[in-house]
Amino acid sequence: MTFDMPNFVPAMPEIFVLGMVCLILILDLFLSDRSRVVTYLLSQATLVGAFLLSFGLYSGEQVLTFSDSFILDPMASVLKMVVYAAVFMVLLYSRDYLRQRGMFRGEYFVLALCGVLGMMVMISAHSMLTLYMGLELLSLSMYAMVALQRDSAVAAEAAMKYFILGAMASAMLLYGMSMIYGVTGTLDLSEVSNSVAGQERQLILIFGLVFLMVGVAFKLGAVPFHMWVPDVYHGSPTAVTIYISTAPKLAAFAMLMRLLVDGLGSLHAQWHDILVLLSVLSLAIGNIVAIAQTNIKRMLAYSGISHIGFLLLGVLTGAQEGYAAAMFYAIVYVIMGLGGFGMVILMSRAGFEADQLDDYKGLNQRSPWFALMMMFLMFSMAGVPPFLGFWAKLSVLQAVVDANMVWLAAVAVIFSVIGAFYYLRIVKLLYFDKPVIDEPFKPSFDLAAIFSANALAVILIGLAPSSLMTICKQTLGL
Amino acid sequence: MFADLPLLSLLIWVPVIGGLLVLLTGSRSSGLEARVLSLLVALLTFVLSIPLYTGFDTASHAMQFINFADAPVVWIEAFNINYHLGVDGISMPLILLTTFTTVLVVIAGWEVIKYKPAQYMAAFLIMEGLMIGVFASLDAMLFYVFWEAMLIPMFIVIGVWGGDNRVYATIKFFLYTFLGSVFMLVALIYLYFQSGSFSILDMHMQPLGLTAQIWIFLAFLIAFAVKVPMWPVHTWLPDAHVQAPTGGSVILAAIMLKLGAYGFLRFSLPIVPDASHTLDWLMIGLSLIAVAYIGFVALVQQDMKKLIAYSSISHMGFVTLGFFIAWTIAEANNGSMVGAAMGMEGGAVQMISHGFVSGAMFLCVGVMYDRMHSRQIADYGGVVHVMPKFTGFMVLFAMANAGLPGTAGFVGEFMVILSAFKANFWIAFVAATTLILGAGYTLWMVKRVLFGEITNDSVAALEDINKREFLVLATLAVMVLFFGLYPAPLLEVMDATVRHLIEHIAVSKLPASAFAGAM
Repeated sequence: MTFDMPNFVPAMPEIFVLGMVCLILILDLFLSDRSRVVTYLLSQATLVGAFLLSFGLYSGEQVLTFSDSFILDPMASVLKMVVYAAVFMVLLYSRDYLRQRGMFRGEYFVLALCGVLGMMVMISAHSMLTLYMGLELLSLSMYAMVALQRDSAVAAEAAMKYFILGAMASAMLLYGMSMIYGVTGTLDLSEVSNSVAGQERQLILIFGLVFLMVGVAFKLGAVPFHMWVPDVYHGSPTAVTIYISTAPKLAAFAMLMRLLVDGLGSLHAQWHDILVLLSVLSLAIGNIVAIAQTNIKRMLAYSGISHIGFLLLGVLTGAQEGYAAAMFYAIVYVIMGLGGFGMVILMSRAGFEADQLDDYKGLNQRSPWFALMMMFLMFSMAGVPPFLGFWAKLSVLQAVVDANMVWLAAVAVIFSVIGAFYYLRIVKLLYFDKPVIDEPFKPSFDLAAIFSANALAVILIGLAPSSLMTICKQTLGL
Repeated sequence: MFADLPLLSLLIWVPVIGGLLVLLTGSRSSGLEARVLSLLVALLTFVLSIPLYTGFDTASHAMQFINFADAPVVWIEAFNINYHLGVDGISMPLILLTTFTTVLVVIAGWEVIKYKPAQYMAAFLIMEGLMIGVFASLDAMLFYVFWEAMLIPMFIVIGVWGGDNRVYATIKFFLYTFLGSVFMLVALIYLYFQSGSFSILDMHMQPLGLTAQIWIFLAFLIAFAVKVPMWPVHTWLPDAHVQAPTGGSVILAAIMLKLGAYGFLRFSLPIVPDASHTLDWLMIGLSLIAVAYIGFVALVQQDMKKLIAYSSISHMGFVTLGFFIAWTIAEANNGSMVGAAMGMEGGAVQMISHGFVSGAMFLCVGVMYDRMHSRQIADYGGVVHVMPKFTGFMVLFAMANAGLPGTAGFVGEFMVILSAFKANFWIAFVAATTLILGAGYTLWMVKRVLFGEITNDSVAALEDINKREFLVLATLAVMVLFFGLYPAPLLEVMDATVRHLIEHIAVSKLPASAFAGAM
């Protein structure tokens, strides 16, 4: 009996991150509170290192390893690099926030990096088991992060809700996987794909598909599996919200692609209808309920739900153009989501969370620059050109029209007009109202710099979105 | 000298970049730097736009001043969007109107705007660049980007410097326009897949079936009808006008409304001529409702700005009537499209003249509002006794608004009514009621505000216009009289383009045989 050494090279970034997580975990024990910044810097260095590794490994090829349960393809490389960049930004945003609230501890960084590892595994999964492993690693890290602020009742409630609902969704997903395993006799996604072809009408497959979709929709936060989103986003410390709301969506998008497109591609006719329903409901509930929110974190949560609805539109076309558009949308959403919650972090101070809409009143009189930056972000989320959010919507709409679903495009744009209202309301607060607080607005320099860079990215990439879109198209072989 | 300059690009980007520079001067000190810089930028843009007129070849209907000769300038490769600019006889005068009006708006806001003057001026300059972008775009997506982006500065202008109910008005303005334009976006994407490019000129040549044409026409109609605005989607306009600061009202009335009408000429008519033909009864009907019904609504207004806003809607009814009456004329004259040109040209002339006249009317109200802080007709009376110079101007503009021969307001309306007579007596009859209604509401307002006895002490304390205001109003007065007495330069510029458009829409785009002999 021989034992072939698997090819470890494609998994180098994962191995590196895992090693660093262990190192940071141990090292942090020996650090005093004053030198905690070392943990922070090491975490950032880990992300940079992983980025370089993934960048070095990038090629147009598909590489399978670990008995075909792990895949490295262009989509995986690109998504991973965006995940590192997004978490890098998250940590930058969070540093001051955590310091001011006595949460600047090793746990946050270790958990964040574990989550990153989970996302990486999900993105590179080529077997349902790998996928599930990555998902659980990510989810468990996030449950713990939400509960990080032990003495906060809201956070504890959010963590509890998240954990119970999340565990249920994972169970659903697992159940669906087991049904598909029952029909196909394999967990490997390409074998599943081969074996499913030709037996699309198998009832048990459809059942399995539905359970899978429930799990995936929960992770994405698509209606009607969105109940946890506003509560968790609201209850978590903003530094955790900004983490949960951004990078994991990329992993969830990858999960969707791996399961539905790579694994169950021949069931397109079936999952197409489910996705139509999920996306229209997400667009409707997300955009309409967001109007009623007075808490900006909840508002952004519902806005995120509606963005997910748009993303699903791209996937349901079942065409490479649509997948590329959805990937583009996911990346753009991450950039805008970072800015949106970054705005909340920017405005908050020790003892002041800045999560009420009224806290934003009259910012133009206190700081015209930041008011302008926030306005950019809001118009981008609303999908007004020339901001980045518009191009994301345009690419998805193009894919939808190309797939001969003009009516769906019309529905999507109607809801985005409804959605525009609550973004405009923020601009109204920033510009048209009188400030409640008179003191001048002076955020710390690095926070100001990151936020400005983030907001300027929305307009600058918006003026030249071609390369980002081209990357998305290339990774999907277009 | 100007031949080598990328004129249209300069016209778009000089005001936009100038506006950003003005923003950088910040809100400190008196804002004098901001004002002076804005005026310089606005003047420079205006000067740059003059060669568009002098270098324009009036004999050609083709696009001119195109920004590239052979290979397209790619803007966004992944979406196949080109940076494609050019003007013809319809868009060129509108660009001149834009640059001209912006200069006046900057001067008119000079010392009136006390709160954050830098942001105010910057918003207008950026808006100017974006509006020129709309008129100059030959790529549908470029057009759409400018079209939407333009809403942002206007949203801010109304919301920050507007009246008491400004938030309601500005959000209504934004959402109405946004709702209209997203349907246009879907239609443009659909057309992209049909014609294979976002080039507007390619779309003009794209054959389409009637059902597709009708859907596209309706999508365009929502976008442009909101902007014009046509009855029944006009309700945002009175709100926006009443709440906007004077400069905002002027830009809205003089230019933004023209964008909708321009859209009909650039998109609806040439891209979907058969749907335009099939649905021309709808357009004529809506136009006549605007002319007559909204004219009556204007009669009963108590607020001067509201009155002028309704009169704008009514006048814009002539523009759309002139555009869509072509087929009725052709049917009444055995298929000859000759008379149609006059109606369409009349509509186009009306766009320009209404730009001057309505802008001037709003400026006049602004002059009074700056002094009295009231727009109510009832608060005034006998202004002529204290402000004789001002009264002279306002009476002139009011006459133009009523369509008195010899003023700019007369030319377009007269041409449209004349061509309407060629089409159908009753259409012309309803359209002609404006001569009575327009005179009625305008002159009645003038009588109540300007003439009679001085009604109260605050009117008695009014001061006549200063040099700055005199300059603005006098410039407009010259334009109103010039185009009223000698509209030939304008007609000459438009003629070739309008005739070509008429020829273009006379040819059915339907796949062969389906619609034979309808024209």
